[in-house]
Amino acid sequence: MIRLTHVSKVYPRTGRVLDDVSLHVAKGEFVFLTGPSGSGKSTLLKLVFMEERPSAGEVRVSGANSASLRRGDVARVRRKLGVVFQDFRLLDDRTAHANVAFALEVTGAPTAAIPGKVNRLLTQVGLASKAQAYPRELSGGEQQRVAIARALVNDPFVLVADEPTGNLDDRATRGVFQLLREINAAGTAVVMATHNLELMRRSDYRTIEMLHGRIVADSADPSVAEREAARRAEAETVTP
Amino acid sequence: MKLALREVLLAVRRAPLLSALGVVTIAFSLFACGLFGLVAVNIRDALRRVEERVEIRAFIADATPVEAVAAAMGDIAAFPEVAHVDYVSPDSALTRARRELGEFADVFEPGVLPGSIDIRLKPDFRDPRTVKAVAGRVASYTFVDDVRYGEDWVTKLYQLRTIATIVGLVLGVAFAAVATIIIGTTIRMAVLAREREIAIMRLVGATDAFVRLPFLIEGFTKGILGGFLALLLTWIASALIDQALGFPTAFFAPGVAALGVLGGAAIGLVGSAVSVSRHLRRV
Ligand SMILES: Nc1ncnc2c1ncn2[C@@H]1O[C@H](COP(=O)(O)OP(=O)(O)OP(=O)(O)O)[C@@H](O)[C@H]1O
Ligand SMILES: [Mg+2]
Repeated sequence: MIRLTHVSKVYPRTGRVLDDVSLHVAKGEFVFLTGPSGSGKSTLLKLVFMEERPSAGEVRVSGANSASLRRGDVARVRRKLGVVFQDFRLLDDRTAHANVAFALEVTGAPTAAIPGKVNRLLTQVGLASKAQAYPRELSGGEQQRVAIARALVNDPFVLVADEPTGNLDDRATRGVFQLLREINAAGTAVVMATHNLELMRRSDYRTIEMLHGRIVADSADPSVAEREAARRAEAETVTP
Repeated sequence: MKLALREVLLAVRRAPLLSALGVVTIAFSLFACGLFGLVAVNIRDALRRVEERVEIRAFIADATPVEAVAAAMGDIAAFPEVAHVDYVSPDSALTRARRELGEFADVFEPGVLPGSIDIRLKPDFRDPRTVKAVAGRVASYTFVDDVRYGEDWVTKLYQLRTIATIVGLVLGVAFAAVATIIIGTTIRMAVLAREREIAIMRLVGATDAFVRLPFLIEGFTKGILGGFLALLLTWIASALIDQALGFPTAFFAPGVAALGVLGGAAIGLVGSAVSVSRHLRRV
């Protein structure tokens, strides 16, 4: 469960990046986060995996609360969610297998259980045959699958994906998206920031739209769009 | 722990040059300190050898009974400042003078030189004030004609020692500080070289302690290796200097040398801890 209540984020140099954002993502939900470049999607996701703290409001992720979170708790939150990025963030000098195993090792998983679990995950993402390949020997789509396998090592309740298909061609995009759908079907919530209208149109998942740091539409809650429209209209009458 | 060791080996294997550079930098920084220390040790040694010659000589009036001299020597030997008391009879004074003056030996007739009590002080009591005080006490014996101890010389020597100590401390601290900064920079490079790995470790939920451990091991190991290398270099330098000078110079006592190596390890360990912690605080 993820809940943001009246969250704002202000950076000293760039100013207000998130403005009074409230959002609830339920267990097992699939949510698209969309909006123009610079609208605050990545920042919102960073608040979810606790890389950033809100300037105001509160972020709650599976029992952890940004307001009372101490530095040591961040590691615990990270083990409950998986994160993937547009640029994969794999270690170039380790094989696909080692990259996934690394995530298990650093969280102190029992050594004996690691190889079996890694093989299972690589099979799940369809890369069993490339376990011994290095990232440079893999296509973009394959690298993203390794990253997804790595994000799943701790059986997270949610997968946070910031433009996971941003660097992929159409075919690889469809493949990775299909994988995310399968993962969601197995019970893991997915929050995915994307610019890809095609993907959103082809599925009927909840879609949240951002603009200038605000949520301006939520397909699960039409009142959001109405409120935002009223707010804009009001702003226009005040400053003609 | 096993995993941390593996990560260290991996880091070394991946960037052998950087690791070697780290060890060499630490070694040379400590080597500079070592050379400086060697100079300091030798100056102190030389000063101590000169100090050994600080001596109070009390000349004894002719015809003083031997018993009186013996009793006085007993008293003086019991002074807390006194290391050693010697009686020099008029005959042996003559022999010594003749030996020291060589070809002019004949100018001394037997009986012209008085006998004396020669007093050597303990190392901690060779400052001008104590020397003067002891000389004063010795002079108060009625049979003592005159007391000599080279007042100017003692004062100068003492000043020289004070200056050498202060200069040594200041330069030593400066050298150590520069070495620490240089070593800290190399360690910082090692941390930056693995920035990506640290970020990924944190992302998948590794604790700070877990991220830190390999760096601590690496820093400690580099420090120890650098320390030994520095010790070896210093020892070689010392041997070469001995050869060039033609006489042996002082080297560090084994305890001091071990302390130097441990100091390297400590700098490596603390430097790594500080670097990683600073880095972790930013991410
Ligand atoms: N660390 C930061 N420090 C200061 N400003 C930042 C920081 N990160 C993001 N910003 C600012 O916040 C705003 C929103 O950035 P964000 O990355 O969240 O947008 P985005 O919606 O993910 O855009 P894109 O679709 O291009 O990825 C931008 O104007 C950016 O300049
Ligand atoms: Mg973004």
